[in-house]
Amino acid sequence: MNMRIVLHIWRQRNRTAQGQMVRYELPNVSEHMSFLEMLDVLNEELTRKGEDPVTFEHDCREGICGCCGFMINGVPHGPQRLTTVCQLHMRHFRDGDELWLEPFRAAAFPVVKDLMVDRSSLDRIIAAGGYVSVNTGSAVDGNALPIIKQCSDMAMDAASCIGCGACVASCPNASASLFTAAKISHLALLPQGQAERDRRAIRMVAQMLEEGFGYCTNAGECEAVCPKGITLDNIARMNRDFLKAAITYLEETAAAGGA
Amino acid sequence: MALNLDAKIPSGPIEQKWDNARFEMKLVNPANKRKYSVIVVGTGLAGGAAAASLGELGYRVKAFCFQDSPRRAHSIAAQGGINAAKNYQNDGDSVFRLFYDTVKGGDFRAREANVYRLAQVSVDIIDQCVAQGVPFAREYGGVLANRSFGGAQVSRTFYARGQTGQQLLLGAYQALERQIDVGTVEMFYRHEMLDVIVVDGRARGIVTRDMVTGAIDVHIADAVVLGTGGYGNVFYLSTNAKGSNATAIWRAYKKGAGFGNPCYTQIHPTCIPVSGDYQSKLTLMSESLRNDGRIWVPKKEGDTRKAGDIPEAERDYYLERMYPAFGNLCPRDIASRAAKRVCDEGRGVGPGGKGVYLDFAESIGRLGRDKIAERYGNLFEMYAKITGEDPYQDPMRIYPAVHYVMGGLWVDYNLQSTIPGLFVLGEANFSDHGANRLGASALMQGLADGYFIIPYTLGNYLAQVKPGGVDETHQECVAAKTEAEQQMKTLLSIKGKKTVDDIHKELGKVMWEYCGMGRNAQGLEKALGLIPQIREEFWKNVNVPGSGEELNQSLERAGRLADFLELGELMCRDALVREESCGGHFREEHQTEEGEAKRDDEKFCHAAVWEYQGADSAPARHVEPLNFEYVHLAQRSYK
Repeated sequence: MNMRIVLHIWRQRNRTAQGQMVRYELPNVSEHMSFLEMLDVLNEELTRKGEDPVTFEHDCREGICGCCGFMINGVPHGPQRLTTVCQLHMRHFRDGDELWLEPFRAAAFPVVKDLMVDRSSLDRIIAAGGYVSVNTGSAVDGNALPIIKQCSDMAMDAASCIGCGACVASCPNASASLFTAAKISHLALLPQGQAERDRRAIRMVAQMLEEGFGYCTNAGECEAVCPKGITLDNIARMNRDFLKAAITYLEETAAAGGA
Repeated sequence: MALNLDAKIPSGPIEQKWDNARFEMKLVNPANKRKYSVIVVGTGLAGGAAAASLGELGYRVKAFCFQDSPRRAHSIAAQGGINAAKNYQNDGDSVFRLFYDTVKGGDFRAREANVYRLAQVSVDIIDQCVAQGVPFAREYGGVLANRSFGGAQVSRTFYARGQTGQQLLLGAYQALERQIDVGTVEMFYRHEMLDVIVVDGRARGIVTRDMVTGAIDVHIADAVVLGTGGYGNVFYLSTNAKGSNATAIWRAYKKGAGFGNPCYTQIHPTCIPVSGDYQSKLTLMSESLRNDGRIWVPKKEGDTRKAGDIPEAERDYYLERMYPAFGNLCPRDIASRAAKRVCDEGRGVGPGGKGVYLDFAESIGRLGRDKIAERYGNLFEMYAKITGEDPYQDPMRIYPAVHYVMGGLWVDYNLQSTIPGLFVLGEANFSDHGANRLGASALMQGLADGYFIIPYTLGNYLAQVKPGGVDETHQECVAAKTEAEQQMKTLLSIKGKKTVDDIHKELGKVMWEYCGMGRNAQGLEKALGLIPQIREEFWKNVNVPGSGEELNQSLERAGRLADFLELGELMCRDALVREESCGGHFREEHQTEEGEAKRDDEKFCHAAVWEYQGADSAPARHVEPLNFEYVHLAQRSYK
């Protein structure tokens, strides 16, 4: 069945330009299309008309690379739960629907063009400590360190984060707490992550604030929109680690003669 | 100019070659490492692991990716797992067995010494990834879990749910971010490589385009490492990410790097079929589904009844019929070709008749719905999301799709291309997989190359050259930059009537029809006539809107398509000359009486390496002979 869909899309030439919503009408949208394929069709049409096609980020179109994401009627990735926008299909919409598409909005996510934003702030949070410092070649045998299956499974749950930024876009404070907590939890739940656990919590949280993300006030919007089901208890774990580290880690530094 | 195809295979018995090579390699002393700069292009498993490891060693690394973050590389989409010869299951695995399986699975078209080394370092990869905190699946006792995969007779595959590629890539990405933090690696994201700079016969840098500002720049280094992935998108529709492209390796080819076995393509049998003209990519459904699903089509041509209305007696379970021993579990290339055959006979199902059923009714009846949901729940969900159909009620529809390329830039044992100082890793090189890659081996190769091979072989190269000596004003740099700028201007000035995708789809149709699952001389010759026409049309009639001084996704795609339009022709040329069937390359003229691939070891037991001879001349074909001393040549059989 084919539908008529009206799109209002945020168009903005570059980071500093003034943006605005522009209305487009698609008279013949197949229910089997993905949302991004509908935008492909629109872009082909715009190109033929000599207009500038709509810029949006995408790559794998399988819901795993984390490239895609924008707001559909105020919701990151649109209405279907646990689904990135590349996996959202038009059969979930109705003939005549009117949709407003906007980029993820946050001070730490400047708009690059149209629906595309710069999320390199998330990379810098990882660079501040989202790893185990182990050089290539210095590992012991993989089975030398038994890991409780439940811990490993919970670490995997947290590690499933795709870094799309939907959590930030949905948060009234534009906080990156769910993203940061997912990485802190992933490594805190594993024995490999213990040596740097305090340092990691301190540095990653500090970097999050440095980038201009807000504080978490437990609104819970992030969990509701996360396409990978990352849960709020990760934030609780991050806060616990941060608090503990804020006391013990600084004391250690002081004992060693101060920073 | 003839290519130097000395594979530099080290001396000694196969199990000692890598040790011998490492001992003979020259070293760069720790204090001198920071004097050397290295460019790494691509941040997937191969490039990401390489950039991180080289940074750890103390080299000054510049890493580049076209995505908005190094974590997005397409390695992330790999589902199944990674092989390693750990023998944790006590089931008879060994380095030699993994080596043997890989050589045989590749239909005897890979270099033995490389494959053996791959099997050797596979065990180190698992240790390294565990140490990084990769959450591999575990047993209740806390040890690592394994499964068998891709028809292997041992359980050697390590996995992290259906997201193994994601977790391994995040491990490499985090190691890379750590080096960025300490300043050994400078990261350039949203940068696309447009050319390699060769000075006095050595790779000395690259030309890039900043995809946000459009600025075209030169970056200089003492060596260049490409980990830029495969070129499956030459077919337009594939399981690759939309951005996956051949530009880096193709431009290197045009600067003198030999291209190995371009025609070797892997077509995966279990993907979700095309649903319409707007289709932008194809989605893989893990081949583990074939463990419990039965594949069939109606016996009658053009049967339009619903699957449930077709009685048992009127169904053709063709894999079970044709391959009674392996049945639905026969290898990827065999299953793919059989699906194409029944669809070509007019017995395909679904829109356009391009699909076959993968039916779980019998398994659900035998094991119960819950058991099936436990095994494949996430895959069933994904299928339902994309198609809007419930695979618990109605059989899935599947069709083969392009998934991986075994071809790529030719490299010697040290992963160095025919251009000194240009190293190629992962899917971008012509690989250790011969003519067919086994499941769960792509991740293994990418990480082996990046973590455990390039840190040694690159050091050996750098120890023999002086750092520096070239800057951005060198005439080769200026020429390469000017050429790249000129191409952008040309693409923007055509202002024709067709979009980039219009033309890419035309190329894809030709490639799929004539250089896909089944190939023959007549079809390949036809394609060799059609592709230059499409290419001409592109350069006359493409419409790239916008300008070059801004973010312009149409311009990015146009540049990539320009290269696919040349690469596609080389693939057909290679497929035409290779008058045999091997692995993923099936020449219809060369099959056994039962319709299986028939190799010609007399004439084709070699890697074909193509050398660019200029835009107006045909490329030259050279060969690297392959010797099989440890795994003896034999015909594969799955009856």
